[in-house]
Amino acid sequence: MTQKTLLDVKGLKTYFYLEGKRVAKAVDGVNFSVNSGETVALVGESGSGKSITSLSIMKLIGKPGKIEEGQILFDGKDLVNFTDKQMTQVRGREIGMIFQEPMTALNPVFTIGNQITETLIRHKKVSKAEADKKAIDLLKLVGFPRAEETMKEYPHQLSGGMRQRAMIAIAISCDPKLLIADEPTTALDVTIQAQILDIMDAMKKKFNMAVLLITHDLGVVAEYADRVMVMYGGQIVEQTTVENLFLNPKHPYTNGLLESLPSLEKEVDRLGAIKGMVPAAHEFPAGCRFSDRCPHVMDKCRAANPELVTVESGHNVRCYLYE
Amino acid sequence: MSVIEKELKIETKNDFIVEAKNLKKYFPIKGGVLKRTVGHVKAVDDITLSIIRGETLGVVGESGSGKSTLGRVILRLMEPTEGQILFENEDISRLSNRQLRPFRKDMQIVFQDPFASLNPKMNVQELIEEPLLVQTSLNKNERREKAISLLEKVGLRPDSRLKYPHEFSGGQRQRISIARALALNPKFIICDEPVSALDVSIQAQVLNLMADLQDEFNLTYLFIAHDLSVVKHISDRVAVMYLGRIAEIAPKKNLYETPLHPYTEALLSAVPSTDVLNKREKIILKGDLPSPSNPPSGCAFRTRCPKAHERCALERPELINVSEGHYVACHLYEQ
Ligand SMILES: Nc1ncnc2c1ncn2[C@@H]1O[C@H](COP(=O)(O)OP(=O)(O)OP(=O)(O)O)[C@@H](O)[C@H]1O
Ligand SMILES: Nc1ncnc2c1ncn2[C@@H]1O[C@H](COP(=O)(O)OP(=O)(O)OP(=O)(O)O)[C@@H](O)[C@H]1O
Ligand code: SF4
Ligand SMILES: [Mg+2]
Ligand SMILES: [Mg+2]
Repeated sequence: MTQKTLLDVKGLKTYFYLEGKRVAKAVDGVNFSVNSGETVALVGESGSGKSITSLSIMKLIGKPGKIEEGQILFDGKDLVNFTDKQMTQVRGREIGMIFQEPMTALNPVFTIGNQITETLIRHKKVSKAEADKKAIDLLKLVGFPRAEETMKEYPHQLSGGMRQRAMIAIAISCDPKLLIADEPTTALDVTIQAQILDIMDAMKKKFNMAVLLITHDLGVVAEYADRVMVMYGGQIVEQTTVENLFLNPKHPYTNGLLESLPSLEKEVDRLGAIKGMVPAAHEFPAGCRFSDRCPHVMDKCRAANPELVTVESGHNVRCYLYE
Repeated sequence: MSVIEKELKIETKNDFIVEAKNLKKYFPIKGGVLKRTVGHVKAVDDITLSIIRGETLGVVGESGSGKSTLGRVILRLMEPTEGQILFENEDISRLSNRQLRPFRKDMQIVFQDPFASLNPKMNVQELIEEPLLVQTSLNKNERREKAISLLEKVGLRPDSRLKYPHEFSGGQRQRISIARALALNPKFIICDEPVSALDVSIQAQVLNLMADLQDEFNLTYLFIAHDLSVVKHISDRVAVMYLGRIAEIAPKKNLYETPLHPYTEALLSAVPSTDVLNKREKIILKGDLPSPSNPPSGCAFRTRCPKAHERCALERPELINVSEGHYVACHLYEQ
C-alpha cells in the first residue's frame, strides 16, 4: 500500500454570514491529510462541521457561506484556487462523493443505468456500449445480481440500501482517487449497513482508493477507519489512529462520547452523559469550545481556546490538560 | 429498581399489564383505475406477546418490519385487523373511542420525531396542559403547578413554559414530549424510537431520564428502536421482529449472549463495535428486506438466511419455547 499524501487540508476556515452580522464559524481552522489507500474518519455530533468540511473540499459551499482561508491540496494542487470549470473535472472523476440522503443525489427521472453511463461518458469519453458494459460490471460489484435489470430501474423502485449501493457505483465509476462518504449508512439498517461498508472497504483495497468517511457512529469508525479526527465546534479536538482513540482517548469530549455510548460489550447501570448540548456555530463559548460542558474545566479554559498539540507521535489533542 | 429485582420480577411473570393475542394489522394495497384492493401489506402478522408490569420490553427489527404498527395497534391508535389486546386483563380490542377514554390516560406514546409530534403553535405550557384539560378536572392553577413540576422532572427549567417547540433543541423537545406523556400519570408508555434522532451525548441524557422516571413512577415501557445497543441498555426483555412477525423473544441476557434465530445472530454480528481489540466476526446477509406485501413462503427470512433448508420454504415456523422465557420461530429448533 502506498503511503502518498493525496489530500492535505491546511488551515481550512468556512464561515456562514448570517443576518444581523452574525458569523457561523462552521469550519474554523481544520488541518488533516489523507493518504492513498487509507480510510480517515471524521466523527462528531450534529453541527460540528463534518459536512461543511467535506463540501468545502468539493467546493460546494454556496451563499451565505464562503471558504474564508486555507488550502485544500489535492494531488499537490490547491483546489481553493480552482475555477468552477476546473472543479467539474475533479468532482465525480478524481473525487467521488456519496451523500447522506441518496434520494436527493440520484435524479428521479433517469434510470440507474442512465446515471452511471452518463458519468462515464462525460468523464471517461467512452462509447455508449463500453459505458453500458462498465455500468453493469459496477452494479454487480456493489451487489446487484440482476444488474442488467437494475440498469433499467428508476431510483424510486429501489430500497434505501439499494439506492445507497447505486450511489456507490456512481461515485466509484470513474476510478476516483478519493471517495468522500458523508454518513453513507446512517439512514440504513445494521445488516444493510454492514453490507455497504464491506463493499466500500473492498473497493478501497481493490483500487487503492483513499476514503474520507464522515459519520457520527463511533462503532463504524472503529471497524472501518485507519485514522480518525474528532470534531467539535468546527475544529478538530483529537486526531490519532483508530486504536489510540479507543484504547487511549485523551480529550474530555472524546471520553464523554465514549461513555455516553451504550455498547453490546459492556453493561452499565447509567450512561455517562455529557451535560448540556452542542453549541451553535454562531455562539461558541469564549475559550475552549467544550468548556461549558467539560467536567475538567479550569479558569484558563474559559479565557482562550487551546491549540491542537501533539502529545504523542501521531496523537494530537486540543485541551489544556495536555499542554 | 435494581437489575436483580427486575430479573426476579420477570421470573414471577404473572402480572401482565398488556397482552396481545394473535394480533394482525393488514393494510390494503389499492391498484388499478378502480382503486380495488389488490393485496395486503401484512405489517403485523399474528403476534402474541405479553408485557410484564414494570418491565421494559425492547422491540428491534429492520425498517418496515412492523414495529411502529405493532405499537399503534396495541394503543388502539389503529384498528387491529384481527386478534385481541388486553390491558390489565380487559379486552380493549373492540372498544369504541368513547369506551376507550378511561384507558387512554393509562397508556401513552412518545415518538421519534419530537418536532413533528408537538404542535408548533402551542407553547410548552399548552402542550402539557392539553391532556390534562381533556382527561382531568384540574383548574387553571393546578394545571400550571402540574406543568411546572413535570418540567422539573424531565430536567427543563420552569421558565421554558412559555416557549414554543422551535425554540428548543432536539433533546429538549424530546423531554417536552416525555413530560406531556407523563402528565396523566400513565402506567404504560410506548416509546417509538425516542432517541433515534438524537446525538449520542444527548441520547444518553434522555435514556438516563427515562430510566429514572420508570423507577419513580413504576412505568412499563414498550421500547421500539433499531439500535441494538440502546435496546440492550434499556430493556429487560427483547423481541426481534422480521416482516410483521416475532422471530425471537427472550430475556435480554439470553438474547444478546445466546441468540438462536439466524436473523438475530446476523443482526447482532452486524452492529459495529468500538472494541478494537476483539473484532466480532460479521455475518453479512445477502439481499434486501423482501416486500411485506409479498413475503416469501414458509419462513419469511429464508431468502436471506445462511442456514435455510428445504423445509423453510414450505412451512412457516411458529414461536416455540426453547428455555425459560426464550422463544424462537425457526425450524432449526424444532424437534
Ligand atoms: N447554509 C448554512 N447557513 C448557515 N449555517 C450553516 C449552513 N450550513 C451549515 N451551517 C452551520 O454550520 C455548522 C456545521 O454544519 P454541518 O452540516 O457541517 O454539521 P455536521 O457535522 O455535518 O452535522 P450533522 O451530523 O447533523 O450532519 C452547523 O452549526 C450549521 O448550523
Ligand atoms: N398507514 C399505513 N398504510 C399502509 N401501509 C402502512 C401504513 N403504516 C405502515 N405501513 C406499512 O407497514 C409496514 C410496517 O411499517 P412500520 O412503520 O410499522 O415499520 P417499522 O418497523 O416501524 O419501520 P421503521 O423502522 O422504518 O419505523 C411497512 O411496509 C409500511 O410501509
Ligand atoms: S481545555 Fe479545559 S475545558 Fe477544554 S476540554 Fe480541556 S479541560 Fe475541558
Ligand atoms: Mg452532516
Ligand atoms: Mg417505525
